[in-house]
Order: sequence, then C-alpha cells, then structure tokens
Amino acid sequence: MSPGRSVSKCPTGIQGLDEITGGGLPRGRPTLICGGPGCGKTILSMQFLVNGARQFGEPGVFLSFEETVDDLTRNLASLGFDPRPLAARRKLSLDYVRVEPGEIQETGAYDLDGLFIRLGHAIDSIGAKRVVLDTIETLFAGLSQTRVLRAELCRLLNWLRIKGVTAIVTGERGDRGMTRHGLEEYVTDCVILLDHRVVEQNATRRLRVVKYRGSQHGTDEAPFFIDEAGISVLPITSLGLQHRVSSGRLSSGVPDLDDMLGGKGYFRASSILVSGTAGTAKTTLAGYFADAACRRGESSLYFAFEESAPQIVRNLRSIGLDLEPWLEKGLLHIHAERPTLRGLEGHLSAMHRLIDETRPRVVVVDPISNLISVGTSVEVKAMLARLIDFVKAKRTTALFTSLTVDEEYPQGTDIGISSFMDTWLLLRNIELNGERTRTLNVLKSRGMPHSNQVREFALTNHGLKLLDVVRHQGRALVGAERMAHAGVGAAGARSAERRSPRQ
Amino acid sequence: MSLKARRRPGRHRGAGAGADFFDLRLYVAGQSARSLAALANLNRICEEHLGGRYRIEVIDLLERPQLAQGDQILALPTLVRRLPEPIRKLVGDLSDTERTLVGLDLRPRQESRP
Repeated sequence: MSPGRSVSKCPTGIQGLDEITGGGLPRGRPTLICGGPGCGKTILSMQFLVNGARQFGEPGVFLSFEETVDDLTRNLASLGFDPRPLAARRKLSLDYVRVEPGEIQETGAYDLDGLFIRLGHAIDSIGAKRVVLDTIETLFAGLSQTRVLRAELCRLLNWLRIKGVTAIVTGERGDRGMTRHGLEEYVTDCVILLDHRVVEQNATRRLRVVKYRGSQHGTDEAPFFIDEAGISVLPITSLGLQHRVSSGRLSSGVPDLDDMLGGKGYFRASSILVSGTAGTAKTTLAGYFADAACRRGESSLYFAFEESAPQIVRNLRSIGLDLEPWLEKGLLHIHAERPTLRGLEGHLSAMHRLIDETRPRVVVVDPISNLISVGTSVEVKAMLARLIDFVKAKRTTALFTSLTVDEEYPQGTDIGISSFMDTWLLLRNIELNGERTRTLNVLKSRGMPHSNQVREFALTNHGLKLLDVVRHQGRALVGAERMAHAGVGAAGARSAERRSPRQ
Repeated sequence: MSLKARRRPGRHRGAGAGADFFDLRLYVAGQSARSLAALANLNRICEEHLGGRYRIEVIDLLERPQLAQGDQILALPTLVRRLPEPIRKLVGDLSDTERTLVGLDLRPRQESRP
C-alpha cells in the first residue's frame, strides 16, 4: 500500500463503530477485540458477521472455542439476531471447537493443521468473507506446547491474511498485557479494547480503538450499550455542529407564549429547555407543545421519567388539555419509564431506538433532571449533548423540562446544560404579598426577538392563560394587586403592553 | 508406506468386538513426513502391545475436511481411541512411545514422568 492511501475498510454495520474507525475494520486483515469477561466481545463479533451477511452480502464463519452452537444460537436470538435463518441460507456458519483442558495426551510433534483444515473448509463451503475466532486463546488451556501454539497462531493469522478474509480474533484481558497470551503481538493491524465498569452502581460499557494501522481513528473511549437491537456505539468525538439550521417555526401550543417568542413560537429543529421548581407547570407546557404538534398532524414522542402516561393525561385534562385522542390516533407516543430502570447509556439507546421507530417531529423529555439520579452531572450533560445532536440531525424539535431546586436562583441548576439549548423558559411560583403567583419568562431564545418580561400566568379549567401585564406607578402588578387595579380599570395600560417584544 | 491402506484389521471384525478390542482412528493431513511417522509409530506400537486386537482407520483431512468436526480435531496428527470406551485423544506423531501407551491406557498413568 502506498503511503497516504488509507486501508480498505470492511463495514461492521454497528452504529457508531464504523464512524470511529472511519468506515469499519481493515478489510482482509485480522482485528483483535479484547476485554474482560462479559464485556461484549462475542456479541460484537457476531453482529459483525450477521450484519455482513444481511447488509453487505458477505458470508461469515464463526468459530467458537467457548460456547456450543446451541448456546450461541440462544444467546444471539435473545439479542434479536437469530443466526439460524442465515445459517440455513448458507450465509453464516457456526462451529464449536471444543478444547478440554487435560483431555489430550501429547505424544510427539504436532501442528494445528486440523484447525486450519476445519476453518478452511468452513470458509470455502460458504464463500466466507468474514471470520470470527472467539476466543482462540482457549487453545492454550488444552495444549501444553506454548511455543508450538504461538508459532501456529502466527501462521494462522498470516494464513487468514492470505485468504483475504476480514477476521475478528477475540482475547480475554490479561494481567500484564492486553490479552492473556499476548495475541496483540500477532494481530497488529487493528486492536479494539472493550471495557465494562461500574461507576456509582451503574454499569457502563466503553470501547476504544487502541490501534489501527494505516488509518486515522478516534482514540477516545466511546460508550456503547447492548440491548435488544445488539450493540450501538456512541462516539463522543463525532458530535458535530453541522446540522442544517431551520428558519421554520412551530407553535408552543400557547398563543400568548408564541407572541413572546417573536410572535411565531419556537424554531423548528431547535432544543427548548423549560426550567422550574416543583409544581410550576413544566409538564403543562410540555403537554401543550406535544398537543400542538399533534394538531398539526405531526407525530410526537413524549419520554416521561416521573409520571405514568395515564397520570399525565389525567392531569392535563384537568386544565382542559386532552391528549387522549392523539394517543388513540397513534400521533402521540408516551414512553414512561423509571430513570433508575437503566443506566444513562441504556436510556440514550432506548430513546434513539424509539425515535428511529416512531420518527417523531417533536420530542419531549420530562424531566431531564430525574436522569441525574442515574449518572453524575457530567455524564448527564454528555448524554444530553448526544441526544440533542441526534434529534437535531433528524430535524426534530425537542423540549426538555428540568426540575430546579433553588427557588431564589432557579436557573442556576441548569446553567451547565443551557448552552445546548436554543430557547430557555423559566417558570416560577413566587411568593409575593402573601400569595403565590405563577410567572413565566424567556431567559433566552437564540435567533429571534423575544419578550424580556416576566409574565404572570394562571392555570384554569380552560388551560394555561398568560395574564396581561398591568403596570402601575412604574412596576408590574401581580395577583390580588392586579385584580384590585383591574377593578379601577387600566385597560389602556393593558392593551399597550400586551404584546411586548424585546423592549 | 502409503496412507491409502486405511484399514488394517488384525482379525476379522466380528472377533474384535470384545471389551479389549481397540478401534483407532488416526487423523493426518496428506502424506507428510509427520503423517507417515505417526502411522509407522502406531503400527509398531499396536503390533507390539495389542497383538491382533485392533483396527486402524486413517483419515486424511486434506481429502475429507468435513470429518474434522466430528472428533473435534485441531492438532495433527491426532489419534482417537474410539474403543474401548471412554474415548481418548492423543496428539502428535506418537514418537514418544511411553506417552502413547499411557494415552491408550496400556500403561498406568503416573504422577510425573522421569
């Protein structure tokens, strides 16, 4: 290969992994995937083969040294890719190589030609382009002549290169090196390390490309998760700010609020944060937003991390907002789940998948603050960044609610995530003159003229109503004062200040 | 010596079905020096220690690669003692007679070899 020309890549079809590796594994060469027990080596390898057979027309051979074909089949079927139909169509060949320690008596010189012949036969009989050896180091437990085995492994890897198959060789993480028997010395083209660790009771899986000869690759650790759809890798470094911006607008569902946002509501494909302490009607605003989308005939997806779907529907009905018809029509999907059910990566994966499945035009996450219970704030921030990136790339508008704790300075809680947000609304329930008054204001809204006023609002049987600003002697009146003042009539001041863009 | 002679019955099959009859299968890859050495060593050991109570089947995996799976063959040469049970597996060219005899249960296993 001439310098400067990058190696030919063999796509894994695994979301994220192909991004990190710039297109996949080195074609026609072996890749080492190593990590501790249960880190996902087998699943990743199998997905490489299944995707190869299904998506890229490349048949594959899986040679397992650890699990029987029955066990493998069962485990994989539980992950949503049953290998049997592919095997029946001769797109996939599974074989179990049993190596039992102490069973074999050694009586003189030998080599591993039996393994070569077996593998060669499997490759040739289905025209395989991809091969997985999982985990070949098991051989060291069955045969004692380590020097012979090492020489033979070296010969095997060269032979695979000559055969031109793209291979994955897995290895168990060793005490001293990356693998127990130093496989990394033989597999020099590409090495990927998997890690499964527990931080604050939450298991996180991470993947890192340690080495990729002749190719650029991301070197950061990328979180990945395993769910019903197999493995997905979430490359942090691939996050970009390349989204096409939209000048299209969409209603918040509250006409008065749309007025405060330059008269037209939110930008399409923007991210909106609604912050507020407990009981400040964050869910109500989220409900209006979803309802407005459904009224436009757009599908919307509501992730509820605090209340169940029936609870949300019931509560919103009390202010005259009925989501039931949208649920029945299938325009609105409410996905309610306890935050502690999964780790952050798990939530992100589930959200990705649901978004892919339901293709919503608007997404609500209510509230994001509950996710803090399953991750540190740095992780939540990283996860949000990735989620926003994901939805923006799909030109979907996302509204996030966040429960803040500090009544005096409620925006403080969300200062860390505000930079991801295009529009930030603050809801408050302030105590003034012996009564509680609900207020709403726009802390920021990028790219549009917006009101700077703190507006009082009320939750009535007929919905959320922004009250007109009533000024008296240079200050805005709220609550009982407003009513008292309204009694003497301030219609002039009201209409003058009703629509109030940036002052 | 040719590997084509796959069967080397000591006596006729019926008489060999007794409990002390050795049914042996030698897996090799082609007519390499190592394959030939293994077969020669096996013939010698059987003649010396088993009289007529054995049968050897030689399987050349280069000709019949599909047979590697059944007996879980990895290393070559591999000798599989199919009878008497339990099945025993010996890898290597059988040049170490002592180990071969131990592997075939014709010598008691020892804790350590001198």
